[in-house]
Amino acid sequence: MQKYSIFSLVKNALTGHQNWDLAWKDPNPKEEYDVVIIGGGGHGLATAYYLAKEHQITKVAIIEKGWIGGGNVGRNTTIIRSNYMHDENGLFSEFGMDLWRKMSQDLNYNVMFSPRGIINLAHSDAQMNAYARRGNSMRLNGIDAVLLNREEVKEIIPMADFSDNVRFPIFGGLMQPSAGTARHDAVAWGYARQADSMGVDIIQNCEVTGFEVSAGKIKGIRTSRGNIKAKKVGLCVAGSTNILAEKLNMTLPIETHLLQACVSEPVKPVLDKVVTFGAGHFYISQSDKGEMVMGGDLDGYNSYAQRGNLPTLQHVLTEGIAMMPFLSKLKMLRTWGGIMDMSMDGSPIIDKTHIDGLYLNCGWCYGGFKATPASGWTFAHTIAQDRVHELNAGYSLNRFSTGHLIDEKGLGTKTWIS
Amino acid sequence: MLHIKCPHCGMRSQNEFSYGGDATVKRPALNKEVTDQEWDNFVYNRVSPRGKHLELWQHLSGCRQWIKVERDTATHEIFNTYKTNEEIA
Repeated sequence: MQKYSIFSLVKNALTGHQNWDLAWKDPNPKEEYDVVIIGGGGHGLATAYYLAKEHQITKVAIIEKGWIGGGNVGRNTTIIRSNYMHDENGLFSEFGMDLWRKMSQDLNYNVMFSPRGIINLAHSDAQMNAYARRGNSMRLNGIDAVLLNREEVKEIIPMADFSDNVRFPIFGGLMQPSAGTARHDAVAWGYARQADSMGVDIIQNCEVTGFEVSAGKIKGIRTSRGNIKAKKVGLCVAGSTNILAEKLNMTLPIETHLLQACVSEPVKPVLDKVVTFGAGHFYISQSDKGEMVMGGDLDGYNSYAQRGNLPTLQHVLTEGIAMMPFLSKLKMLRTWGGIMDMSMDGSPIIDKTHIDGLYLNCGWCYGGFKATPASGWTFAHTIAQDRVHELNAGYSLNRFSTGHLIDEKGLGTKTWIS
Repeated sequence: MLHIKCPHCGMRSQNEFSYGGDATVKRPALNKEVTDQEWDNFVYNRVSPRGKHLELWQHLSGCRQWIKVERDTATHEIFNTYKTNEEIA
């Protein structure tokens, strides 16, 4: 594989950029693989990369119905954080933060990781208490957390509404300084390029139509481009999990829902943090191009549409304007939607299944993008070793029947409620 | 914007409604031994189909009645709406 560097850039500039290698190939599916990963999103690509890198398993195929990077890895708001209270989520995400910090070097691909910090705003004394508790839990797990009072928040984001007569006054906030953003497409492309270079076949435009299971063991998959035999199969398909589960006669604690995001027209640098509104569900950051990147609530009803409705967008942006009134002056540039695999406790599932050789990675709800490296790393471990790693031991499929839920937000089984 | 025909009030905008989830989920019968699997299926497990989906909505900013809506989860087309006690063919 061609290494990307200033020298290769100069060399190729001199030859008119005609001699760059393809970043990844476009192979036809082979007859058999050791591991087939279904879903060429961030998590699937990362899984294949870590299978090859950490476990030396390279007879791997990624089967993608569309094109890589066309699903949620290209539709999210690029936020990376580990500001969780529960141990399972905190330790898992903080392990991921380490992988994020090293990712550009590791992949030889600039993912533009920008640890600019995230602030969750608090709008009441009770919320400040809850944030203090969460911050303490984070620090016990080695995650940086700073509780800010109103004046300290004002110092950092003076453009927020600090006037006297507001419905949700800012009491303070909880900041994770090491959180941030990254260039989402680059994450998909970086993983794809490295996985490809280690022998992984990335097979695009290939829809999975069924599974070959005999005597409780996975034997292979059926696809729109023929049957593929596989010793192990990993499902990594986010919002499409239920569609594939149905083909396996599995019913999962997952519902597929629609989440929208939007960007404004680009403006000069105004916001150098990720900020979330605490009295509703709204988050904002500014991209390197200057666009304000915003998102919030789910549309709230089961949907596979990948496009949203205006009432939710209006509701979300109303919260945004309540938090930062200057947003009302901006024009909207783009809005889009993606489909989320909403689990029944708001936490993901990375586990084996009752079918031998079939592994499940789903339930990422609002937080799939930031989990990309940790999810790929632990899923690769689970597949390669046929047992869960301690980092994803809590993300078991049977926690719903045993009662070991990881209900970070305390929403109960209706995680789609807004 | 979805337009939902409330069987009590007529056609109204989505803004007046709140979603209540899959309407085909049935609570296990009372006074009967219930297995863990049955509870799981009632509380957590959902089919979440791509296509026709029978679901509960509440006409929250209207008559406040719960209703059933048959809707396509891929196209958002609404085929029919029912009162909760109505027989569905």
